[in-house]
Amino acid sequence: MRIKCPLCGDRDQREFTYMGHETYLDRPADEGWSPAWDTYLHLRDNPAGVTRDLWYHGAGCTSWLLVERDTTTHDILRVDLARDAKRGRG
Amino acid sequence: MRYSGWQVLKQGLTGNRGWKPAWRDPAPKAEYDVVIIGGGGHGLATAYYLAKEHGLTNIAVLEKGYLGGGNVGRNTTIVRANYGLPGNSEFYSHSLKLWEGLEQDLNYNVMHSQRGILNLFHSDGQRDAYARRGNAMVNQGDDAILMDREACRRMVPYLDYDQTRFPVFGGLYHPRGGTARHDAVAWGYARGADSRGVDLIQKCEVTGIDVENGKVIGVQTSRGAIRAKKVAMCAAGRSGQVAAMAGMRLPIESTVLQAFVTEGLKPVIDTVVTYGMGHFYISQSDKGGLVFGGDIDFYASYAARGNLHAAEHVLEAGMTLMPMIGKAKMLRSWGGIMDMSSDGSPIIDKTHIDGLYVNAGWCYGGFKATPASGHCYAHLIATDRPHEAATRHRLDRFNTGFVMDEEAKGSQHNLH
Ligand SMILES: Cc1cc2nc3c(=O)[nH]c(=O)nc-3n(C[C@H](O)[C@H](O)[C@H](O)COP(=O)(O)OP(=O)(O)OC[C@H]3O[C@@H](n4cnc5c(N)ncnc54)[C@H](O)[C@@H]3O)c2cc1C
Ligand SMILES: [Zn+2]
Repeated sequence: MRIKCPLCGDRDQREFTYMGHETYLDRPADEGWSPAWDTYLHLRDNPAGVTRDLWYHGAGCTSWLLVERDTTTHDILRVDLARDAKRGRG
Repeated sequence: MRYSGWQVLKQGLTGNRGWKPAWRDPAPKAEYDVVIIGGGGHGLATAYYLAKEHGLTNIAVLEKGYLGGGNVGRNTTIVRANYGLPGNSEFYSHSLKLWEGLEQDLNYNVMHSQRGILNLFHSDGQRDAYARRGNAMVNQGDDAILMDREACRRMVPYLDYDQTRFPVFGGLYHPRGGTARHDAVAWGYARGADSRGVDLIQKCEVTGIDVENGKVIGVQTSRGAIRAKKVAMCAAGRSGQVAAMAGMRLPIESTVLQAFVTEGLKPVIDTVVTYGMGHFYISQSDKGGLVFGGDIDFYASYAARGNLHAAEHVLEAGMTLMPMIGKAKMLRSWGGIMDMSSDGSPIIDKTHIDGLYVNAGWCYGGFKATPASGHCYAHLIATDRPHEAATRHRLDRFNTGFVMDEEAKGSQHNLH
């Protein structure tokens, strides 16, 4: 698998560390424990097909990336900087 | 037909014409008391124990492919009871005891071989952690022996003990651990369930779960609708999709785990050895192949094949630990879809829907759990109360904080 980092270009997957689903970007605002935290930390759609998840380009530019890919084929469909994606979400 | 040495002799002398298929191939009925989704090891074991222990026989196991085509037929076959945490500890202990009587119970040779497991450690800190784990195992009534480096050297002389990076300090030996023939476990449970009247229905994919007024009433399948009083989800790596049919989201992310096997060799590794610094585990099958594996591929995946980086990592770890295996030719590698829960432990519980049950989150370790998973799940389905060996395997534990994070990795699914 190769991932096309927006800053570094097409790079071997070994340069990246996977974290998890893009819902990690939607951190709950609640101060204490709430069902929103349970949802955020634990529950997943876990799709067989197109998904978006967070990868860290540790051996490259050290950016967090939002990668759109197909979990059934390993195809990488689109890669954005997580920072930009997060801004887009407001 | 009861299998025995006498049958082998008799059939052998009469041209082997008397053997019958080990289970029927029935068409689905319109209605069952219990429908089990998934004909892997756990689904088949659940059906078997429902019939045997609870007298329920109007049961169907619905399998979208063929029996044993999922993870039950893809794993590296390690069976052990060496967990540390309350919850897991009594559960896997229960499982190992069931394994020890399984062949007689099923009248089927599952080739359960208690050849022992040696978990190596490579630092003082890791020795302390393993000593603690060993004590937890002994307190649970299971067996564990802390061995020093020289004792390991006598047992498995072929390791590279003096590697500069991670020298072997010793190992935690679990004599009752070992391996079993994975397909035979599926077949043995299938035959046992079928002979008690359970319908095993293959090429039957569940496509919907029907719920009415908060109660489950049946399933939709590729072979038509089937009504059911109770529906038991048991789909391992596909648990997320199956639960979604009931509008549920589970604390699970699916990833791929690979395994590897070499050409057949003369006996060389007579126990199971695990490397404490590289996550590498190896045993030798009865056919002679070296069977080994390591970590998952680390990202969400349903592609039942892996990527090169994980293969490379496993092979590097293996070569570091036992350079001798570099001479063997690797024959095959494959992958299976792992249902990774966010605390690394499984779930056996009711759901918020009346009559709908969930069994999932087995991560890489559900093969050894097969007997206890089926046994406890059957108990729950039949009585609506958890079995005493599985009281902590709750679906709500993530929200209530009673997680069972065996390796203290935190709530990230792919880290377990
Ligand atoms: C490479 C590898 C190595 C492993 N090594 C070990 C090991 O050494 N020790 C250990 O303890 N564990 C190990 N495991 C884990 C273990 O194999 C699994 O945790 C366990 O087999 C899961 O339970 P199961 O047998 O019921 O799963 P499966 O055999 O996967 O059964 C699930 C079944 O559900 C079916 N299904 C899914 N969706 C549907 C649907 N919609 N309708 C109908 N049917 C459906 C699937 O086709 C499948 O047959 C390993 C796994 C892999 C892949
Ligand atoms: Zn980069």
